[in-house]
Amino acid sequence: MMGEPMRIRATFKDGVVNVKVLMSHEMETGLRKDAAGKVVPAHFIQSVSATWQGKVVLSAQWGTAVSKNPFVEFNFKGGKAGEKISVTWTDNKGDKRTDEATIN
Amino acid sequence: MNRIRRDMIKAGGGASLLALVAAAGFVRLGTAAAAEWNKAAFEVKTVAEAFKALGAGTPANSADILMKAPDIAENGAVVPIGIESRIPGTESIAVLIEKNPNPLAASFDIPAGTETMFTTRVKMAETSNVYALVKANGKYFVSKKEIKVTLGGCGG
Repeated sequence: MMGEPMRIRATFKDGVVNVKVLMSHEMETGLRKDAAGKVVPAHFIQSVSATWQGKVVLSAQWGTAVSKNPFVEFNFKGGKAGEKISVTWTDNKGDKRTDEATIN
Repeated sequence: MNRIRRDMIKAGGGASLLALVAAAGFVRLGTAAAAEWNKAAFEVKTVAEAFKALGAGTPANSADILMKAPDIAENGAVVPIGIESRIPGTESIAVLIEKNPNPLAASFDIPAGTETMFTTRVKMAETSNVYALVKANGKYFVSKKEIKVTLGGCGG
């Protein structure tokens, strides 16, 4: 299972690339019970990394407290319009997804 | 002849073993570069234990860590938090929520060239202090802010 595509927006302005990423993931804590009273097993993104021109520009480790459909915004220097940025996440079940966007 | 052959086999065996070890080492290096998920830090139940598991010990308070977050969050399931570190040499920033079942929410590694700030959204079980832990030049600094939560965002 690969999950839904991420929405990535990367904008170049004043020498800085602003990156906004919206991922599609349940981010189940493992503490919630379903209607039948059964615990819903934890299912959450554990690691995220963003790369530009083969260089990691941000990496993160997450726990279950990151909100459902995670959002991250950050800025890095060096990138230019037309270049690509890619973001990869891996969750606790080993699911993985990578998406790419062009810097505007 | 025979001895030479045996030596060759031995040498060959040794070489491939070495290659194997090197390959194993390389693989381990590869995953280390991607940073293994810090299970211990994410699974402890108090901020102090999380600081310890992150190697932060007792971080010094700093006024150079700015936290942009609401004073009151109506929905604990989605609390926007922005953290900016103005401490020179900032390498990583972690977010911890004291009253959550597991306080450590997220830890960001910030390479040179990336601004030492980010925005994300976290879940808060109840009204709690939120800590921003910054690692800069190998030293740890912290700042906290209380966020009141009207409707909890965990369990349910």
